[in-house]
Amino acid sequence: MITLENVSKSYSTGAPALNNVSIQIDEGEFVFVVGDSGSGKSTFIRLLLRELLPTSGRIVVNGNDVARLKRRQIPKFRRNMGVVFQDFRLLKDRNVYENVAFAQRVIQVSNKEIKKNVPSMLSIVGLAGKYKAKPRQLSGGEQQRVALARALVNNPPILLADEPTGNLDPKNSWEIMKLLEEINEKGTTVVVVTHNREIVNAMKKRVVTMNKGVIVSDEKEGFYIDEN
Amino acid sequence: MRISTFFYTLKQGIVNIFRNKWYSLASLATITTCLLMFGVFYSVVMNFQYILKSAQEGVAVKVFFEDGISEDQILKIGDTILNREEVLKAEYVSATEAWEEFSEDYLGEYADGYTDNPLKDCANYKVYLKDVSKQQDLVAFVESIEGVREVVQSALTANMLSGVNKLVGYVSIGIILILLAVSTFLISNTVTIGISVRKEEISIMKYIGATDFFVRSPFVIEGIIIGAVGAAIPLGVMYVLYNKIIGFVIEKFNILSQLLKFLTVEQIFTTLIPVSLILGIGIGFIGSFITVRKHIRV
Repeated sequence: MITLENVSKSYSTGAPALNNVSIQIDEGEFVFVVGDSGSGKSTFIRLLLRELLPTSGRIVVNGNDVARLKRRQIPKFRRNMGVVFQDFRLLKDRNVYENVAFAQRVIQVSNKEIKKNVPSMLSIVGLAGKYKAKPRQLSGGEQQRVALARALVNNPPILLADEPTGNLDPKNSWEIMKLLEEINEKGTTVVVVTHNREIVNAMKKRVVTMNKGVIVSDEKEGFYIDEN
Repeated sequence: MRISTFFYTLKQGIVNIFRNKWYSLASLATITTCLLMFGVFYSVVMNFQYILKSAQEGVAVKVFFEDGISEDQILKIGDTILNREEVLKAEYVSATEAWEEFSEDYLGEYADGYTDNPLKDCANYKVYLKDVSKQQDLVAFVESIEGVREVVQSALTANMLSGVNKLVGYVSIGIILILLAVSTFLISNTVTIGISVRKEEISIMKYIGATDFFVRSPFVIEGIIIGAVGAAIPLGVMYVLYNKIIGFVIEKFNILSQLLKFLTVEQIFTTLIPVSLILGIGIGFIGSFITVRKHIRV
């Protein structure tokens, strides 16, 4: 499902953000990518999203060699991936319903289908009663649920979560993680970049540890390894 | 594109205008001001050229004929002159009419002392040109016609009018170009500020998998609507004020009423409406299209 072969990524200044990274993530897996700031985790996600191109090496996602995608093919490619960010990235001037419906409008789902799918997805994330609320009226945990609903409403085979609990208290963090686990159990491949040691250690999932752009460990039921 | 997507995009464009009302007002004010300046300048230039054209049309070349030439021959020569492209009209003044005009103007009752017509050889054609800059060509042509004795022209007036007309043309093109450049700069800046505020929104759309077209369309619709309204407002203002201003000028400069001939508001608006709308919509479209492009590469 996701393959990186000898991938390196250098920015114009400084040491490479990723250095000769190879990894295979299969369909239906749940993978934590952990590491300190500057370890290359965010670059990893941005490469998978085709926001960046690798300096060298090959990245294949869902059968697409990302470096070979033409500009006009990128939107369709991204529709196969749900993305959740640490800062939620909701459209602030639209309500919960419209934020989730937006993902469906992008792929030109009919209004009839949207009216069916969005409430159903909102009830999965536990926000059915708050569909009219604007993001500013919600707690951090609720905003992240909206972001999750938006990421999942199109049933993408892959979900990428970049520090999804970074701005949340422990209770909300656990609720979000539980939701991610449920989604994974339904067959979605989930890749979570995180700093949250407690969650990583408790969930006993595959853990890929990065340090200075290199994968230093890859354990099937791993733990958060402190590299410092 | 699905019909529902089309209406969604259209709705988003309209909603965006109200959602970002300060930015929309700033853009609208900029376009309105620029197009009002353009409209005012256009009207002034068009009227000035109209006045010049009227003045030019009043400049006549007088053609006199050799002694003994018959009236039929004169009329034939008149037809030849009338067939020239640069000629607007030609008025025949017979010897009798020339004498009547002269005696009326200068002799009054003393004219009764004359039994013969002293101006019997003064039958002439008054030839008016469409464009006085062609006067020399016409004079050369008429002088070469057999039977023509003399051609009287006012070269100084013709040259001056022609020169002023050219100067006004060049100056107006220059000022209109400067106005357009300033407008585009101001509008592009306003649009850039407005869209920069929504940079994050654009990047979210792109992460979700929106195509460039989907992201750009509401912004472009917004730009077009603001451009169209920004063009309509100055047109409305000008329509209301034009006749009042013309009336004021005619009243204040009554002494020049023979010279000051103005175009009607309808004549001005025949060109001004399409030009202003094209400019407003065009600036709105291009401004938003180009500026979104800067942020769309995510």
